[in-house]
Amino acid sequence: MSGHIAPVRQPLVTGHKTYHQITEDICRPTETAPSLSWVITFIISVMCLGLFAFSVAWTVWVGIGSWNLNRTINWGWDITNFVWWVGIGHAGTLISAILLLFRQKWRTGVNRAAEAMTIFAVMCAGQFPLIHMGRLWLAIFIFPYPNTRGPLWVNFNSPLLWDVFAISTYFTVSLLFWYAGLVPDLATVRDRAVGLRKKIYSIFSFGWNGSAKHWQRWESLSLILAGLATPLVLSVHTIVSFDFATSVIPGWHTTIFPPYFVAGAIFSGFAMVLTLMLIARKVLHLEDYITIEHIESMNKVILLTGSIVGVAYLTELFIAWYSGYIYEQFAFLNRVLGPYYWSYIGMMLCNVVSPQIFWSRRLRTSLFWTFFMSIFINIGMWFERFVIIATTLARDYLPSSWSYYVPTWVEICIFIGTLGLFFTLFLIFTRVAPVVAIAEIKSILKTAGDQYIGPNALAHSHAGTSPAHSATQHGTVVPPEVNDLSARGTVDIDGENDKPLD
Amino acid sequence: MATIRIERDGADAGAVESNREFVAAGQRNILFGLYDDEVKLLDAVKAANADHLDIDDVYTPFPVHGLDPLLGLEESRLHVAGFIFGTIGCLFGFGFMTWVFTRDWPIIFGGKPYWSVPAFIPITFELTVLFSAVGMVTVFYIINGLGPGAEPRRLHDRITDDKFCIAFDVTELSGKEVDRLRDYFDRTGVETVHQKMVAA
Repeated sequence: MSGHIAPVRQPLVTGHKTYHQITEDICRPTETAPSLSWVITFIISVMCLGLFAFSVAWTVWVGIGSWNLNRTINWGWDITNFVWWVGIGHAGTLISAILLLFRQKWRTGVNRAAEAMTIFAVMCAGQFPLIHMGRLWLAIFIFPYPNTRGPLWVNFNSPLLWDVFAISTYFTVSLLFWYAGLVPDLATVRDRAVGLRKKIYSIFSFGWNGSAKHWQRWESLSLILAGLATPLVLSVHTIVSFDFATSVIPGWHTTIFPPYFVAGAIFSGFAMVLTLMLIARKVLHLEDYITIEHIESMNKVILLTGSIVGVAYLTELFIAWYSGYIYEQFAFLNRVLGPYYWSYIGMMLCNVVSPQIFWSRRLRTSLFWTFFMSIFINIGMWFERFVIIATTLARDYLPSSWSYYVPTWVEICIFIGTLGLFFTLFLIFTRVAPVVAIAEIKSILKTAGDQYIGPNALAHSHAGTSPAHSATQHGTVVPPEVNDLSARGTVDIDGENDKPLD
Repeated sequence: MATIRIERDGADAGAVESNREFVAAGQRNILFGLYDDEVKLLDAVKAANADHLDIDDVYTPFPVHGLDPLLGLEESRLHVAGFIFGTIGCLFGFGFMTWVFTRDWPIIFGGKPYWSVPAFIPITFELTVLFSAVGMVTVFYIINGLGPGAEPRRLHDRITDDKFCIAFDVTELSGKEVDRLRDYFDRTGVETVHQKMVAA
């Protein structure tokens, strides 16, 4: 018996899976030898990571002078990349926290990978402020700890320090949230493993046994962490925007920045989730768990946030004109028509104009267009940060100090290097942990999957057509080999589970 | 006292007088049945409640909704821990910044007052969330007895996969009572029944 929740809602799990098949499908990538495409991608990623190590070492050895920053443009690719990565790191917690609070069941297919992506993206983001310090080994100075310099404390009034707290809190909470969800699934992998692998997964699954009380607390924990992470995820990019908004630079000193940054962060984060998930669902054969319905839902979020960002761009321009403040007016005129006009055009095309194609349901559900757009948006959002940072600084109050900025090979290599760091971590993740939340997928199988058993379920649209399944009196689908189990009722005193159940 | 027959790999391991003889010191004898569906599990738990059978624990591959009230589990009070830790983080963050900027090392930044409350809000908020989340997650693992190297009772490998388990502690039960439990399992559509010694 299969059914739909509503005529407009497609099932979120397809393929008439049993619980065991779900386990098999999702655990398989962690249990088999990596495919050739994985190995090749991994090698390229590790090479990029090596490039990262080299270019960071070069920066530290030669000094920040190896970057093309100058007295006028003192933030360049480093902070652009920082903000870009932090933005990407917003989708995971948004999906797992805000969509949990909104009871959006489609989050279950993508939340695990999106949260992993969040954690790795925040790790990449964190590199840039650290490297920009020039003396990496003094990075501990950013934390307020009792020291022999007075003790001299950090400046708690500075948005840069707020950033330290926001990013480190966000990283910690995202990691805890992600891992709490991962523990039951690591236990699933553990119970399928043997030998050393079982020992390793035993340590990392914390001895999870699926007790009813544990599940109850786990759900409670997830809900409260979601409640905490929701304002947190909104606060992080708000505080990142304060880096700019609390300054007195025309073009930065605007109250629209916090909401506009947050919308942009969700926008770019979803684009990166789509980039990764479209590849992952194909390579790891997860098409039944990350369905077109999931992709369409994410594209709707992209359309919404892209339009919010577009409204924000236009509002900025309008307010700059309406303010009657010539420095502000010049800043925005310069942003659109100045030396970096090409990045403004790129930003507008990628972020505002192109996502509008998702008004069309056909394009929203097209894998090709979704993938194409996800790359496009990632580029567009990078341009947005570059526009905000470089164009604003390039033309300051003193025309004699006006300048132009292009990155050096070191800056470019560091950026490519963080992509290497990100993909290396993500590829390792796909090999060691279930990429889709197994327990959560199972829990929606009969409430939002193709085996829906709730009110208005379409009766028997499936039973009888497939020899693999039969309907029980409860209207649930169980494989026949489980139904006619001959071993029913035997007592297995040694408890060794020596008889496999199928 | 009735005898129960214990099967081991299909062979008859012999008749015994009581369940108690199997149990070494510090161990519990657990009789558990595996169901293949959460609807059957819920029906079985309802039947156990109707028969006044004392379920030791229920193990499932995912959270089964509607199970908690049947088992008489009280609502989790984790949120209380979250609130307490959050309050501590909030007071600590705000108090620390206040102490630093008014007592320990007052510095004027941009002509603002030493005690510049609005500027303290972001960090106070972040520390509230940080303390609350870290504290609550720590409490979660401690009260559940989970952690790296923890070895709580694990009855069957398929419980984290697709089997729903109802477990009874039969250490102190007579053979007759165990028979009653096996009847109950058969009646409620169990798939397999197992018995296992576990650490108490």
